[in-house]
Amino acid sequence: MRVIKFVEAIREATDQLLAADKSVYMIGEGVPDPKSIFGTTANLKEKYPDQVFDMPIAENGLTGVAIGSALNGMKPIMVHQRMDFTLYAMDQIVNNAAKWYSMFGGQKSVPLVVRMIIGRGWGQGNQHSQNLEMLYSHIPGLKVVSPSSAYAAKGLLADAVNDPNPVIFIEHRWLHNTTSDVPEELYTVPIGKARTALKGNDITIVCWSYANLEVMKACEFLTNQGLSPEVIDMQTLRPMDLPAVKESVRKTGRLLVVDDAWKFGSLAGEIIASIAEDDSIQLKSNPRRLTYPDFPSPSTHALAKYYYNGPHEIVKMVGEVMKKELKLDEVMHYQAARTHDVPDQNFKGPF
Amino acid sequence: MTDINVKDLYGRMLRIRRAEQEIAKRYSEEQMRCPVHLSIGQEGAAVGVAMSLEPKDLMVSTHRAHAHYLAKGGRLTGLICELYGKADGCARGQGGSMHLVDWNVNFAASTSIVGGTIPVGVGLAFGSFLKKEKQVTAVCIGDAAIEEGVFHEAANFASLHKLPVLFVSENNLYSCYTHLNDRQPQRPLTDIAHGHGMRHLTLDGNDCRSIVGEVRPLVESIRRGEGPAFLELQTYRQLEHCGPNNDDHLGYRGADEISSWIDQDPLNIVQRQLEVSNEWTPEFVAEIEAKVTREVQEAFEFATKAPFPTREELGAYIYASH
Repeated sequence: MRVIKFVEAIREATDQLLAADKSVYMIGEGVPDPKSIFGTTANLKEKYPDQVFDMPIAENGLTGVAIGSALNGMKPIMVHQRMDFTLYAMDQIVNNAAKWYSMFGGQKSVPLVVRMIIGRGWGQGNQHSQNLEMLYSHIPGLKVVSPSSAYAAKGLLADAVNDPNPVIFIEHRWLHNTTSDVPEELYTVPIGKARTALKGNDITIVCWSYANLEVMKACEFLTNQGLSPEVIDMQTLRPMDLPAVKESVRKTGRLLVVDDAWKFGSLAGEIIASIAEDDSIQLKSNPRRLTYPDFPSPSTHALAKYYYNGPHEIVKMVGEVMKKELKLDEVMHYQAARTHDVPDQNFKGPF
Repeated sequence: MTDINVKDLYGRMLRIRRAEQEIAKRYSEEQMRCPVHLSIGQEGAAVGVAMSLEPKDLMVSTHRAHAHYLAKGGRLTGLICELYGKADGCARGQGGSMHLVDWNVNFAASTSIVGGTIPVGVGLAFGSFLKKEKQVTAVCIGDAAIEEGVFHEAANFASLHKLPVLFVSENNLYSCYTHLNDRQPQRPLTDIAHGHGMRHLTLDGNDCRSIVGEVRPLVESIRRGEGPAFLELQTYRQLEHCGPNNDDHLGYRGADEISSWIDQDPLNIVQRQLEVSNEWTPEFVAEIEAKVTREVQEAFEFATKAPFPTREELGAYIYASH
């Protein structure tokens, strides 16, 4: 199979969606500019001049415009280079896009996709690195997806554009240069379905988006020690595939949720609550959440270093859930040796 | 203006007036259990704009939407049932007074967040623009919505792409109880439209015939692709901001101001025009009153007897399916 980057998968999906359906259009600040949203929209304006648009710096107004056009037969894909800016658009997303189908008694829905990118590292700081997944996942009427690979990104974007409802499409910036097998033809990864990323019997580790990479790396250090973790990559945050989590936890009896977001009021908490409420599930130990600390990330790399969780923290937390003394030296050395404020050794700033 | 049927305009305004008066009269029965922002005094603006559009043109509105919905041709039973929370309401009882819709007549929506439908209306027009359809969208707002940031964002975009949008600001001087002068600097509202590179026009919002005469050619120029326009229609809300009564006792509006606007009531203005043209005959008045009253009474009779949505409809509209 063909291996391409996450950004190329997004670009290819968009290209194919624009070609397949003239009602699909793409709009966002910088979409046709030389940086082309980290490469995800490269050359699309040239190829589809009537379907690709730059936009004024007006997130809320233009979200409303996208909604109105969707009500008039279009399928807009909107993109924001940082999720933090979408707070401007919360009114149109929450009061209009999410409500339209409900408040008019099921007459018209809003087929809108909003891509939002979470920043990390290189001093992104308080206002360029927030993961606001929970704000959107809280709202009835929205669908929220958060792919962890190039394959999932292409398939979920295709499913999102074909969905008659508003879909929030969350991309972690540190996934952009990761690669995976991606079919050339257009395909869909269904919204609402989790994926078993690793089969195992001892503990269920639930994660999504970039955290899935860190969890998979941590699992190498767990399997080395004879443990058999099962990894569930949620892929969709709402509607959430809780049956998949429950099925796994019924088997393992142990649960760790790794959520790259704040702990208080988190999706991690939501997942654990739904397990705790289910009388048919008997846990062998208390479930745990591994999250960001409950404060914004600082800009300086000297402090941001301690803000994010990696394989070391994950292995340590698995040990706590397993009530087992796990060897941490190897994973600690691995983590200490890698760069911590850029996604990989080859990266040269700025973002 | 010779092709304007003034008697027809009067009939359309009277239909709204009598419907609103009946809502006000029956509101104390507490069976219409939702907030109502009545349009009494502002029917001329609504009918004038709606009659300047073609049926295929779209309209969006605000919390004070009854007049716009009816003027565009929305079903009266759909409105009254919606107020009663009935399943035959235009939004199946899910919306209430502030969330009206009738796609059969291209009344796309009214919603209750001030300014919320402005970009949606511009987006409807963007859709028409992308599909190369010669369809105009009227965005009906008040005087306060232009204080919202989203108005400027949407106006900027509409002007940038020369979208087929008619912004209609019904300036009734008050946002709830706050006068325009306490909210905006003293300059014409249309200066804002000018700042966004839009054509603009200020008209007597109670003179329905003049509105139609002036706005029809404006709408056609918008349709031809000459860019959006902004209309200020000066008018007056005769009753309280929200509810069935007048609130003159609160004293936020002077008695002279109120009486001069009531003298300039849109129905009075059209009546005078019909008197001048000798069309205001006892037969006409009796006929139109009877017709409108019958429709209103039938709508209420239907709505009060109509069934509520069943329990199954609670939470039935979270997601649309493919």
